Amino acid sequence: MAIVELKNVAKRYDSMPGKKGAEHANAVEDFNLTTKDGEFVVLVGPSGCGKSTTMRMIAGLEHNTAGEIRINGQDVSSVEPRDRDIAMVFQSYALYPHMSVYHNMAFALELKKTPKEEVKQRVQEAARILDIEHLLDRKPRALSGGQRQRVALGRALVRQPQVFLMDEPLSNLDARLRVGMRAEITRLHRRLGVTTFYVTHDQTEAMTMGQRIVVMRDGRIQQVDTPYNLYERPVNRFVAGFIGTPSMNFLQADHHGDGLGGQGFSCPLGPRLQAALGEGGQRSSCWLGIRPEHLHQVEESSGRGRLEGVIEVIEPLGPVTMVQVRVGDTLVTAQLAAHLDVEIGDTLGLAFDPDQVHLFDIESDQALGLEPDSAASSTQATA
Amino acid sequence: MTASNADRTPGRKAGSGGTALTLLAWLIGIAMFFPIFWVVLTALKTEQTAFSMTPTFIFSPTLESFRSALAQGSGYWHYALNSVITAFGSTLVGLALAIPAAYAMAFFPSRRTDFTLVWMVSTKFIPAVGVLIPVFLVYRSLGLIDTRLGLTMLFTAMNLPIMVWMVYSYFRDIPIDIIEAASIDGAGTAQTMFRVILPLALPGLASTGLLALILAWNESFWSLTMTDYHAATLAVYTASFKSGEGLFWARLSAASVLTIAPIVVLGWFAQRQMVRGLTFGAVK
Amino acid sequence: MSASPTDASPGKRAPTKRLMAPSVLFLLVWMIVPLAMTLYYSFQDYNLMMPDMRGFAGGLSYELLFTDPVFWDALLNTLLLVATCLLVTVVAGLALALLFNRTFVGRGIARTLAISPFFVMPVVTGLIWKYMLLDPVYGLFSWVMRSIGLEPVQWLSSYPLLSVVMMISWEWTPFALLILLTGLQSLPEDQLEAVRLDGANRWQEFRHIVLPHLGQVLYVVIMLESIFFLTSFAEIYATTSGGPGTATTNLPYYIYLSAFFQYDIGLSSAAAIGAVVLANIFAIFLIRFVAGNLNAGSQR
Ligand SMILES: Nc1ncnc2c1ncn2[C@@H]1O[C@H](COP(=O)(O)OP(=O)(O)O)[C@@H](O)[C@H]1O
Ligand SMILES: [Mg+2]
Repeated sequence: MAIVELKNVAKRYDSMPGKKGAEHANAVEDFNLTTKDGEFVVLVGPSGCGKSTTMRMIAGLEHNTAGEIRINGQDVSSVEPRDRDIAMVFQSYALYPHMSVYHNMAFALELKKTPKEEVKQRVQEAARILDIEHLLDRKPRALSGGQRQRVALGRALVRQPQVFLMDEPLSNLDARLRVGMRAEITRLHRRLGVTTFYVTHDQTEAMTMGQRIVVMRDGRIQQVDTPYNLYERPVNRFVAGFIGTPSMNFLQADHHGDGLGGQGFSCPLGPRLQAALGEGGQRSSCWLGIRPEHLHQVEESSGRGRLEGVIEVIEPLGPVTMVQVRVGDTLVTAQLAAHLDVEIGDTLGLAFDPDQVHLFDIESDQALGLEPDSAASSTQATA
Repeated sequence: MTASNADRTPGRKAGSGGTALTLLAWLIGIAMFFPIFWVVLTALKTEQTAFSMTPTFIFSPTLESFRSALAQGSGYWHYALNSVITAFGSTLVGLALAIPAAYAMAFFPSRRTDFTLVWMVSTKFIPAVGVLIPVFLVYRSLGLIDTRLGLTMLFTAMNLPIMVWMVYSYFRDIPIDIIEAASIDGAGTAQTMFRVILPLALPGLASTGLLALILAWNESFWSLTMTDYHAATLAVYTASFKSGEGLFWARLSAASVLTIAPIVVLGWFAQRQMVRGLTFGAVK
Repeated sequence: MSASPTDASPGKRAPTKRLMAPSVLFLLVWMIVPLAMTLYYSFQDYNLMMPDMRGFAGGLSYELLFTDPVFWDALLNTLLLVATCLLVTVVAGLALALLFNRTFVGRGIARTLAISPFFVMPVVTGLIWKYMLLDPVYGLFSWVMRSIGLEPVQWLSSYPLLSVVMMISWEWTPFALLILLTGLQSLPEDQLEAVRLDGANRWQEFRHIVLPHLGQVLYVVIMLESIFFLTSFAEIYATTSGGPGTATTNLPYYIYLSAFFQYDIGLSSAAAIGAVVLANIFAIFLIRFVAGNLNAGSQR
């Protein structure tokens, strides 16, 4: 049962390698977030964007150099990690190599002088949930990667802490195990209802697991929102490109008369796009964002956007085929039907629904035409 | 180049041309060891057989020399006890000093850490003669000459730089994540130290101790200059054979064997660790 | 420095200073303070036979030292000893390391036999060699020479320095062997395979792959051995006592003699400073190496 609040939190390392001289060389800057009780929050962003740093500040492994962190209303800045009642799952698992699985899991409880019977019962309970009962006597050395991962989870689980912190816990597993564990962690969270921070650089993991997702970049929050909103209403070009695979295509478009267009593409302007374009003064150009899954191979239709280019890459994936088309200077990715009757070098025409495109300011990269309510609740920073 | 292809395969298996090299390696191994073997052999002879112009290899062995070397009046036990006390004492004191220092430097590095570490190592390169005179004079005025305490401290000073370095590098091998996991699990500094770090570094600490023990046991400069009888070690004991008594070869050999055997055997087991300790991590 | 947990515990900083203080103090008291005192004494006129006649002597001790032919002999002997022992141990050690880097029957045992001399107490080494090996009448070497019809050699009186070199090399070749062998074994097999595929012969393989790989290791062996050879004492003490004449008197033995037999604190301190300077010429290189290693290691 815990609500975690971060207010204007910032972190500056004494020695920031490679960033010397840069003015705002903070690893994390102006971080604001308040969790709901029992919420599953995912921090996502490219490597080095400050996810681990944020997590480590919540754990107390690093000082925040500005702002404050509260757990259930209590300012924890002078509370030692061991007194924060937080459990953490490390990317490296950080199991104690000299202890058996049982003792790895029991260690925290033993330190708290929990009665032996209770320790045993709680370890066994956690081991049962994670299906590692048969491993309790083994040393970590004798476990596979997936098993170690479970032990690391188990070690956090037996604590019954106020908050779980998980820093890329699945990134050392192979792809198949990862998908399995993903579901398992979600299931565990639903069952235990403990407030959880989960760090990943993998947007698929973020989208499938998070109730709320914090997208970060260069130490700053870009957007905090539900998976659905992040996909539908990205606040800027970075979030739009980061969320969704393959990434959204961006075309630099000029505004003329009743349409947007450029070399090899055009898009009619409905009222929504008209309004968006007019937001904050008239613009003569903008970024036009189209997701690959929104491009279709349609011969001729009115009221639709169109683009055309020469095929450079064809990647059949089974259920769908990815095609990359050269439109002007830009390579546009389209997710098309499995059976395609085209070849590299062919010219391909594709259509899209203007209602599904996103517009971004050419300079600030900010999204244009977001409904005010969603924009107000979830937008935070500028690039 | 005439090397056949056969013995150039990876792993360097001894091929046809390798038999000669194998033989050579064995011969050299035996030759290097021979003086030690010869001392052992001589120790098992009677004084008459030991001291002859034509060496005997076949003889009926006797423990007579060992018996007389270990006899009450020989003083062997006195010196051996001093060796044990000073070697073990300096090893323990050294570990007690080195572990906290290495712990601080490995897990709580500050800007000065590197400097301190290099400075500590560099004191190893002050030759003993460079401090001999003041140490002697100060010891004399403090009554530390010919005391086990005084000698133990000198051994400690001699080994401390290497010990700090070794313990430091073993600590550095412990992933920082594990220490952090312990602190999140609720362990304080002492608990982290005794329940996580020390158990993990135990093999490393053992080899550090072993190396210190070997170096202290074999030390002769300080023993010869700072002790007479009361705190004199086996180095002094064997050195006393260097004149007149050297004519009793069997006894000299028995005494030598008793002096070097424990450490040579320890050395066999600590070969690899010696490398790491003595090369400051250049070779692992 | 990477993830330094300096700020790992928000409440209180780790008591770094208090944990390091004992070691630092210990080394200060037992090494640095005495070193400073040695320097001080070297400018004093101080003889233990006449303890009342102390006073500032300026550079007198150094003047005496530099005009003492024995000192120059000792310095020359020291350098000769270091150079010869280095040459022998490094060349022999490298050859042996290559020999023992092959897999063969009983390699572990043969290697253990070969490195055993390193664990022998130097005093005992001296005695074994002086009596049982080098004795002109009863020694093993003499017996061997007589057996093949040669005149036995008076090792310790005819070739004193060479005798000492033999003892020290017997002790230290194993050290070079052990370390160079470990170095060889850390050479990645694929590098050798690659160069063999490129058509290199054995010599080229050694010259272009093995030797460069051993570079750092050789460096360490040479530096460490120099420092130990510079301070050789027990072997000389137990055998020649610096003689005959001054033939095997090296710097440490010279200092020992002038302090404990001439009671001349000023002179022996000046000589000790000389020894420290000499050691430092070698040590600087090694310390630079250690410091470099530290930085490489800090990317943990
Ligand atoms: N201990 C540290 N000292 C200096 N800089 C650090 C340290 N840890 C992380 N950083 C820097 O802070 C930034 C954020 O790092 P991190 O939080 O680990 O990113 P992420 O977990 O998102 O990959 C990076 O630029 C990184 O180089
Ligand atoms: Mg990270």
